[in-house]
Order: sequence, then structure tokens, then C-alpha cells
Amino acid sequence: MSGGYEFDDHSYDVVVVGAGGAGLRATVGLAESGLSTACITKVFPTRSHTVAAQGGISAALGNMGEDDWRWHMYDTVKGSDWLGDQDAIEYMCKEAAGAVIELEHYGVPFSRTELGTIYQRPFGGMTTHFGEGIAQRTCAAADRTGHAMLHSLYQQSLKHEATFFIEYFAIDLIMEDGACRGVVALDMATGRVHRFRAHKVILATGGYGRAYFSCTSAHTCTGDGNAMVLRAGLPLQDMEFVQFHPTGIYGAGMLITEGSRGEGGYLTNSDGERFMERYAPNAKDLASRDVVSRAMTLEIREGRGVGDNKDHIFLHLEHLGPEVIDERLPGIAETARIFAGVDITREPIPVLPTVHYNMGGVPTNYHGDVLTRVADDPNVMVPGLMAVGEAACVSVHGANRLGSNSLLDLVIFGRAAARRCADTISKSGQYRPLPADAGSEAIARLERLRNANGSRPTAEIRLEMQRIMQSHAAVFRTGETLREGLEMLSACFDSFSDVNVSDRSLIWNTDLIETLELENLLAQAMATIASALNRKESRGAQAREDYPERDDVNWMKHTLAWVDSSGKVALDYRPVHQETLTDEVEPIPPKARVY
Amino acid sequence: MAQFILPPNSRVEKGKTFRAENGTANIRRFLVYRYDPDGDENPRLDTYELDMNDCGPMVLDALIKIKNEIDPTLTFRRSCREGICGSCAMNIAGVNTLACTYANEDIKGDIKVYPLPHMPIVKDLVPDLSNFYAQYASIKPWLQTRTPAPPDRERLQSKADQEKIDSPSACILCACCSTSCPSYWWNSEKFLGPAVLLAAFRWLVDTRDEATGERLDDLEDSFKLYRCHTIMNCTNACPKDLNPARAIAETKKMLIARRH
Repeated sequence: MSGGYEFDDHSYDVVVVGAGGAGLRATVGLAESGLSTACITKVFPTRSHTVAAQGGISAALGNMGEDDWRWHMYDTVKGSDWLGDQDAIEYMCKEAAGAVIELEHYGVPFSRTELGTIYQRPFGGMTTHFGEGIAQRTCAAADRTGHAMLHSLYQQSLKHEATFFIEYFAIDLIMEDGACRGVVALDMATGRVHRFRAHKVILATGGYGRAYFSCTSAHTCTGDGNAMVLRAGLPLQDMEFVQFHPTGIYGAGMLITEGSRGEGGYLTNSDGERFMERYAPNAKDLASRDVVSRAMTLEIREGRGVGDNKDHIFLHLEHLGPEVIDERLPGIAETARIFAGVDITREPIPVLPTVHYNMGGVPTNYHGDVLTRVADDPNVMVPGLMAVGEAACVSVHGANRLGSNSLLDLVIFGRAAARRCADTISKSGQYRPLPADAGSEAIARLERLRNANGSRPTAEIRLEMQRIMQSHAAVFRTGETLREGLEMLSACFDSFSDVNVSDRSLIWNTDLIETLELENLLAQAMATIASALNRKESRGAQAREDYPERDDVNWMKHTLAWVDSSGKVALDYRPVHQETLTDEVEPIPPKARVY
Repeated sequence: MAQFILPPNSRVEKGKTFRAENGTANIRRFLVYRYDPDGDENPRLDTYELDMNDCGPMVLDALIKIKNEIDPTLTFRRSCREGICGSCAMNIAGVNTLACTYANEDIKGDIKVYPLPHMPIVKDLVPDLSNFYAQYASIKPWLQTRTPAPPDRERLQSKADQEKIDSPSACILCACCSTSCPSYWWNSEKFLGPAVLLAAFRWLVDTRDEATGERLDDLEDSFKLYRCHTIMNCTNACPKDLNPARAIAETKKMLIARRH
């Protein structure tokens, strides 16, 4: 074995990689089912980025007015700009109420109505009667719903005595003849390398917002699972669809929840105009995120931005009054005070569209099984491998995710993956032996980077990549900017062979970890920009100025992107599932998307 | 005569100095605790001079600038950078707090950055929190009920009852409070410390929970709970403005009340 490494070997029925909302929900379900389960996570579970989700989780409970999961489904399909798979969307919206009730039974400290039921607030794109009225569908624990959920899910995993490997960094999947057999991970505290053998590996590794310079995502959002899938020779899906959240704090990038507009907040330009009324006459400030982000960008571009450089927009909450802010938006008040120096009871918050969420990821069906395309078959299952949460592309969000559908996605598909494992894995305690050289490539990768002695520090290459993505794969795109971006990014990708790591230690070597993460980000950035250049239409979060219309004839299909070790991207497609799962609801045919 | 020796690695030595380029106008000095577990040397205090005209506002921004531009071996935990994940808890200018929400301009003079006090140190600013996490798990921090939940809807809870758990459940487990408590410094194996006692209180006052008696039985212990001597460092330290000291006092009152 290279580098004098010895593996610590483990065998489990299921290994979950990641301990955010999706990973923990899967882990809890697996522990309940009696399957032997390990959850590997690079941060202590309650530090995962789900903790930062604010506004809430959608479910048609109807606590604050009439509601129906079919309306939720309609909104989600429309929000996805008809790129979402309707079978998966039906499954998610139908299961939503039960999943949220279950969270309450777990002890999530939801805010309450006067009747003592779960409080629900309006959110962007969420309507009643198929687009007629405004729905109050987003279940909230003040403005820290993600924190409340993540802590409760961790508490449930303690209750069920789930096994965790905390501050372990997953390096690579163990693949054999096209099937996933396990995963190799580095114990950051000791530097020992662990080899996990499992019947199923569930990737719950989140998004890769850190490919961009300005994002609401945590430093740890580097899409490590997505990159492991690419290195295993499998494709990622719909990577061109990157959501810009309308209200990141100008400059600093911290998220200000859409729930702030759900509670009555609104945006203004330099004329003091509530400009969303022009762009979305019905939904106004509660149009879906891609629509609001484009409108803000256009206002700034046309000279109506606010501030000395006229380069941002104001979000007003001061009219809501201190009581509403104190009860419903206390975290926002704190964040705006600390990071923008603003007292939201008196002044508007300076905001700007900011990278927030990746609709794209590992293609799966609604059970969480990872899919790939082989020749003419677009639905070939990859044995042993599953993906859930932001890492996965089921696809329930299509070209644009609705706010509060991501926390729902986490629990629905985390739970579905656990059920799938319980249904398909026999608890025999028998494990096929791994191939003799299993994990050797992961060790080689680790050693190559730990001893990397080039001329470019990790931080320098990372900053270059982030700036290219920020300027060339933004809210609005053209063939020209994307082509230029692809060229610059390819050069940046190539320069990674000249990376320099200063810390040679095996104990808590964050220089090494950040370098492994950068390698992961670079591959995903390549997939993103190449997929965006290839898609010659505008749909959801992909706004091409040279192709301003949606083109259902040629482009109502998912992009698949493979990235090889030299950074070369190969593309193909999968059809969108336009049929529903059952006859409880009719398929929603494509039409113009107006808010 | 009795002789005392300091525990290993407790003497912090003078470290390296990384000077800013000549002509830098707005310099501040960051004195950062370094400990290399691979070597035999004692911890040291390295000095970094930073150009504050090219640095973000928070202490975490400065640490990231050091790591990115001066010394990639500097090691610390960080994630959300907005005060909700609790990763970057450390001792800054003498107080336990989150590096991501503590502004450089709120500190006078040189900025000293140490790991959370009285914890075993793995490397640089990274403490070993496993005892803290084990204590958290020991209080069974999950909803315990005997009455079955309604099958198809939520348990009801009034707004007033929800308010009782609203603040205690907002704890981010950063450990700033526990590691600022002198009682916890001396008895961290047996005293649960303010963060974990706040977590216990969160379940004591949750109207949905039906294990209040057992929870109080578990806490009625001269070490687990009663090592709290109302020093109040915990509440002063909390970066989320929570009040663990009050939660502990309320817990003690509940124990007294049930005797009568």
C-alpha cells in the first residue's frame, strides 16, 4: 500500500455520508429499521448547513387557510419551469403533511397558531387553487426552522443510538464493476484512513455553493459527494441550474429569508418604487426566486440600484413593527444588525441576488436510487449507491426550486431512502469481500495532495475559480460569457496540478481538507459552466440573453454531465418525467410561466 | 515543601512573527495560539500583522485571511460564518465567543485568539469537545412521551407554552458558556455545565414532554447540577444572548417545588 497507510476496516448494512437534514433523516430511519448503519460526517451533525435554513418547510397542512397537496404540486411544477419530474413531485407533495407531522412528533419547536397548531407563512410561488390565491403553506419555527429541524433530527439519532463517525472526511467511493461497494474516509483527528464496506452508500453531502465568490452557503458546502460521483465515472444532472436567492446581504452574502417577504417585507429601487409590481403583477415580491433575482438585476442594470454605486436593492421590513419582527424574524434582526449594521425596525436592508442552492446533482429516482444513462437507456440504476437532499437531483426542483421546498426535500427523500434500504437489504450480516485493491485510488489521491509541492496555494486557485464562476455563470448568461468562462475555468482547472499544500501533517490538516474540497469544487464548476453553455434556452434559473425563450421542443430534458480527470466534460440527456405517479392527480401540461 | 508542576503544554511560548509589508497603512496585530500535535514543542503565540484595509470585519475574516495569504497551516473550525452553526467558538480578547460574529473593531489593541479554555487541544484553535457532546447525549435530549401522538396531526401547544421553549431551544452547542464557567473548568467530568443544563431545561419546560420527573431525578445530583454557583459567566458569554444561568436557577426551583 502506498504511503505506508493501513486501512481501518468497517462493515455496515448502510453508510450515510453527510449529517445534514437529509443524511440525519435517513440515519434515523435506518436506525429505526434495525439495519446496521454508520453516518460519516466532516462536521459535527448540528454544524451541517441545514442549520442555517430559516424560513420553513412546505406542507399543505391547511392550518392557516384552505390547502391541498395538489396545489402544492402545481406550484412546484410551475416553479421548476416544467423541468421537474412530476412523479417525484407528486410523491413529495403528497407525503409532505405526514413528514412534517412526524417532525413535530420528534419534538421540533415549531411556532404555533392561536389554536396551538403549527404556524404557517406565505412563501414565494406558493398558491392556492392552481395559481389563484396566496397559500400559507410554509411551516416555521420563527426564522430558524433549519436549526430547529437539524437539532431535533440529531436528537432522534441519539435516541436511536445511531453510529456516527464525526469529523471524518469522505475521500472517494469504492466502485467494483459499476457498483458501489463502500467509501473511504479520513479521520481528521488521527489521520487514519477508514474503509467502509456497505450494501448501500447514501450520499447526503449537500450542494457546492462555494464554487462561487459570493454565496449564502457555508464554507463547508463543497459538494464532496457530487465530485465523488464524477470520479466514479458517473454523471451529474442539471448542473447549469444554480439558484440565486434574491436577498443575500449586500457584500457579506448572508441569507435574509424569503419568509421576511412572506411576512410582508418588500423590495424597492432607487426611486423608492416597489418594482416587483411591474414584473409580477399578482405575486409581486412573492414571485418565485429566479423571477425576483432577474428583476433586481435588471433594475440595477438600468441604473435604479441603491447605494453610492447604485449596485444593490433595499429590502424593507421596518413597517412590520417590532412585535412581528421579535416573534417571527428575530434571527434576521440579529443577522442584519451584525453583518449590515442595520436596525430592521428602522431602516431597509441592502440586498443582492446571491448564490444559494444547486438544483442539479446526482440523478436519482424518487426512492433515492442513483441513475445513469447507458446507451439508449436513461434509467440505469447504479447498484449500491443512493443520493438524497441537495446533493441529489430527483428532480423535484427542476430549473428553479421554490423556497421551503428544500427542507421538505430533505426529510421526504431522506426517509424514502431509509425505507428503500429497509425493503431491499436483508439483515444477514453477510458482506461480500471487497476487491484486493479497494481504496488504493483514494489513498493515492490523498497522498498526491498532502505532498503537493507546486507553486499555487489552494486559496489562490480557489479564489480564481470563484471569481470566474461569479462573473461568467451569473443570473444572466450569454454564449459569449459562458464560452469565455469555460476557457478561463479550464485553465484554472489545469493549474490545480500545480497546487501547493503547506501542511504535511496528518492530524487536523485543514490545508489538505480544503485542497481536497477545491478539487471537488473544480470538477463541479466545469460541469456547471459547460452545461450552461450547452443549453440554448432560458428556463428557470438559466437565463440566456441570446436565447431568451423557453424551448420545450428541444430542451425539455435533463442535462447529464460527465467530467473526466482532465476536466473534459461530456454531455447527454435524460427525459423529463411528465407523467404523474398515480391517478390521484392529472399531469400538469407546460404553459407560459407568469406570476 | 509541596512542589507544584504545571500540566504538560500549559506554558505558551513566544512564537513567530509575520510582519506586514513596509508601507502598509492600517495594520493590526493578531496574536494567535498555535499548537502542533506532531512535534514535542510547547504551544506558542504567533503574531500576524494584517492590512485591515483589505480584511473583512470579523475575527473569522482575519483568521481566514491569515490562512489564505500568510500561513495555510493555521487550523481552526468554521462553517456557516453567520453565527448559527457554532463551529468557530474560541477565546478572543479574553472572552469566549464566535469568531464569525465578533468584529475586529470592537477590540482595542492587539487581538489575542486562543482556543476555548480548559479543554484538551487537538491542534491550534481546535479543542476536543467529545466530553461536551457525551454530556449532551447523557441528558436524553429528545421528546419523551407516554401518551401516543395523534396519528394524523401535530400535538397541540399554545403560543404561550411554545414561548417557554423558544429561547432555550435556540442553543447552537458552541460551548462558549460551559468553557467560560470556573465550576466546569474544575469538574467537567461530573458537572454538566451550563450548555447541557440549558438543553435539559428545554425539555423540562416543553409541555409535550412527559418525562419531567425522571429528568429531574437525573439532575438532582450534587455534581451534575449543583456545582453551579451562579457565577453567571455563562450568560455573559453566550453569543446568542441566551440565559443558561436562569435556566439552571429555574431547574433548581423546580426541584425545590416538587419537595412540597
